[in-house]
Amino acid sequence: MSFPILSLMLAIPAAAAVACLFLSASAARWTALAATLANLALGVVLWLSYDVGGAQWQFVEYAPLFGRFGWALGIDGYALLLIVLSVFLMPICIGASWQAIEKRVPEYMSAFLFTEVLMIGTFAAQDLFLFYIFFEAGLIPMFLIIGIWGGANRIYASYKFFLYTLLGSLLMFIAMLYMSITAATTSIPALMNYDFPPQVQTWLWLAFFASFAVKMPMWPVHTWLPDAHVQAPTAGSVILAGVLLKLGGYGFLRFSLPMFPEASAQLVWLVFGLSAVAVIYTSLVALVQSDMKKLIAYSSVAHMAIVTIGLFAFNAQGIEGAMMVMLGHGLVSGALFLCVGVIYDRLHTREISRYGGLAINMPRYALLFLLFTMASIGLPGTSNFVGEILSLMGTYQVSTTVALLCTTGIILGAAYMLYLYRRVVFGEIKSEEVAAMSDLSPRELWLLAPIAAAVLWMGVYPESFLAPMRKDTQILLARIDRARPAGDSLPTTGTGIVPAAHAETHAQGSAH
Amino acid sequence: MDYAANLAMTLPEVVLGLGAIALMLVAAWGGPASTKAVSWTAVAVLAGACVALVGPASSGGQAFYGLYRADSFAAFSKVLIYVAAAVAIVMAPDFFRRTAGDNLRPEYPVLILLSAAGMGMMVSAADLLTLYVGLELQSLAAYVLASFMRQDQRSAEAGLKYFVLGALASGILLYGISLVYGFTGSTLFDEIAGAYAAAPLTGDAKSTGLLFGLVFVFAGIAFKISAVPFHMWTPDVYEGAPTPVTAFFASAPKVAAIGLGVRVAVEAMGPAEGQWRQIVIFAALASILLGAVAAIGQQNIKRLLAYSSINNVGFALIGLAAGTQEGVASVLTYMAIYIAMTLGSFLVVLQMRDADGQPIETIASLAGLSRTRPGLAAALAIFMFSLAGIPPLFGFYAKFAVFYAAVQAGLFPLAVVGVVFSVIGAYYYLRLVKTMYFDEPAGTFGEGDRLEGGLIAAAAVIVSPLGYLVIPALSAWTLAAAASLF
Repeated sequence: MSFPILSLMLAIPAAAAVACLFLSASAARWTALAATLANLALGVVLWLSYDVGGAQWQFVEYAPLFGRFGWALGIDGYALLLIVLSVFLMPICIGASWQAIEKRVPEYMSAFLFTEVLMIGTFAAQDLFLFYIFFEAGLIPMFLIIGIWGGANRIYASYKFFLYTLLGSLLMFIAMLYMSITAATTSIPALMNYDFPPQVQTWLWLAFFASFAVKMPMWPVHTWLPDAHVQAPTAGSVILAGVLLKLGGYGFLRFSLPMFPEASAQLVWLVFGLSAVAVIYTSLVALVQSDMKKLIAYSSVAHMAIVTIGLFAFNAQGIEGAMMVMLGHGLVSGALFLCVGVIYDRLHTREISRYGGLAINMPRYALLFLLFTMASIGLPGTSNFVGEILSLMGTYQVSTTVALLCTTGIILGAAYMLYLYRRVVFGEIKSEEVAAMSDLSPRELWLLAPIAAAVLWMGVYPESFLAPMRKDTQILLARIDRARPAGDSLPTTGTGIVPAAHAETHAQGSAH
Repeated sequence: MDYAANLAMTLPEVVLGLGAIALMLVAAWGGPASTKAVSWTAVAVLAGACVALVGPASSGGQAFYGLYRADSFAAFSKVLIYVAAAVAIVMAPDFFRRTAGDNLRPEYPVLILLSAAGMGMMVSAADLLTLYVGLELQSLAAYVLASFMRQDQRSAEAGLKYFVLGALASGILLYGISLVYGFTGSTLFDEIAGAYAAAPLTGDAKSTGLLFGLVFVFAGIAFKISAVPFHMWTPDVYEGAPTPVTAFFASAPKVAAIGLGVRVAVEAMGPAEGQWRQIVIFAALASILLGAVAAIGQQNIKRLLAYSSINNVGFALIGLAAGTQEGVASVLTYMAIYIAMTLGSFLVVLQMRDADGQPIETIASLAGLSRTRPGLAAALAIFMFSLAGIPPLFGFYAKFAVFYAAVQAGLFPLAVVGVVFSVIGAYYYLRLVKTMYFDEPAGTFGEGDRLEGGLIAAAAVIVSPLGYLVIPALSAWTLAAAASLF
């Protein structure tokens, strides 16, 4: 296919972002909505025309525009799914800001559209430095979104977000320079098959880890996330949790694993250790939060730890499970932030103790909130179940201890989410203000319903999402198999996973 | 070689010199009334000097028995210098017209022309004496420019400080030159390089002398580019000098001094790379760190930009530390992009005037600029993010180029420490963005000049992601320029 659909997906929001700056508030809203919906349509076209099981890199574009690096775009299954997630969430974010944002609307819409450009660009980039530019440039619009439209402590949060992530990324930048000089190429597909000496790999891996661990975020560098989330406007939180957190996981998948397999295997203990701590520690922290957004932010850190253990399990279940958790978490945490936004718009507080008994006067809200709460816990039939079970099964083959520790996170997750739900939705109505809150408006229903449908789709028929990435996982495994660490779970059936058995495993997984 | 060929190679300096003398006469007869005509003619003279670069002036090689070199390295630097000088002339009339006190006099463009001629000699010097004469011509004109507002105490103070410290720097440089001459027996760069290559630079008395000469020459140059630890004059001079002059100081002389430093390091002292590299690395890292840390507490935007220029010189020196052709090319790339960012920033500073047209220099007065003057705020935000080196702005590519050269030369610790320090620098650039975008408006500025507005827009477009499209041309040109030194 020669039509440059990826460039078009970047050009539409970029043009709309510039146009928004010169428009009035209401025109900017409609322009942003139109642009994001157009991109969603293109995203659907992209998914439908993606040849599952075909070439590894599809929709490839290349133009040597920039001297040392070029305009190289192209996607595989992983990138496809994350791009689809991004374009799916964007119109919802614009809709969520329709009434909540009143000041400086054109700039707000413009910042969001730029964010969309940069997210799609990051997932589609096939050139090392083009990736870095998109990856890093995302800081600017998010800095402005948090700083201008955020809550009371927004300035502190915006600085923390910016400087934390910048420091991590710059170390990665030096590593990228080294790689491009040593391998004499900046092409990501070429570098994915380039073997760096194992000692060098360790340093490069650590440099990339510094960046991705902050973006992920992994314990103990996660502290920017709760601040940024709490202070960001609702739509900002949705994008942060829904897509920007996936950049870290995508980075591990695209760079750390295929480019440095030996180092990845060597440092599995580090990833597993930090992840196990993160799952338990942040879940416990989430349990005692009094601010709803902070609670969900901490739960994000715990979920992201499930992603990292899955990625570094070095087997198909782990990696595909990690991808499913990323997608599921993008939907579910985005939806949970929207749920918080719905009641925040009415009462202007995120204090859990101010609410109660919403099931009485907001039944539709209570139902949808329950669905997303259950999805976050990982109830079978919802998106997160598929990902979490696969990820933990994959981890079990490598380290039973870590799998055991991380599974406690699921139990703790149920504890803090149900506790949140009980306090907000059940019980008696506490005050007249709460009693006066109206149920979901049609606009809010239209924002939450598509996410609810997608969550159920992923939970009931995950094959739609697993199919595009299956071949990529096989390629990745073939690449990293030589470094695979020995597991301690002593499986009894066979010595490795063959493709045929692999498909069956999934069939069983989805049948749970 | 006959004189015609020699003069053809030095044509830009000849054009500038004759132009300056002619305009000086016009100024003397015409008085203040001729200011406008002299200014625009001076810009035309600079454009003429640019045109004169085509031909032997950019490819002729040696002129005047090796005292002067007309190569593409010099030509590239001169283009940057002339453009910056022209902008400094163009931005002046409006500033002086609105500011109470002194009016613009026709000496201003003439002094800039003379300074530009001196800078042209600096980057073309192939002999320590040519270097010194060029440097002094540039500096003497600059001292006068710094104190151009005679009735303003700060301006007079700036001129005096610049003069005393500049004279000290010249003295140190001259002392270094005398040592180098004494121990190598020549002032020609080629022969100095031969002497450094022949001496082992360890042990005996001669090598100690050579080393001392090298250290003093580099100390003198560090003064001129305001690299730490010889940066102390910069904030005071930048703050006190009239804003168009500050913009000039931050751009053209920086390019000239860096160009001169590169030429001395590579052509004259190339064989002693191991020795000067230590100095350059220290100066680079110290400049980046001090430029970042000291800027955090500043309340005056001109002082902040002074520290920013110290910080940026540090990054440019990282490219020089690599000592390779790539490294030199990256320094040139850095300076080209730096010129656009820094002139743009100062043009925005020029717009900071109260209702009566008096200049305001506090950072606090920028509060809420994004709501009172959205275009101006967006432009300054672009320059700040670009100076911080955040992609997708063009300032990122400048840093990309120098770090690429450093990594290619195997200087990993330098690169890692450099980027870590740059995060500290990002903090104060962000502070400006925060003031403009997050804070409540604190009052508004008077309307700006259309010409200045156009220049700001042009600089913002160069620095914006569109600038990436010129990378192939820019890298081809800088690599060719760097090749002429090796």
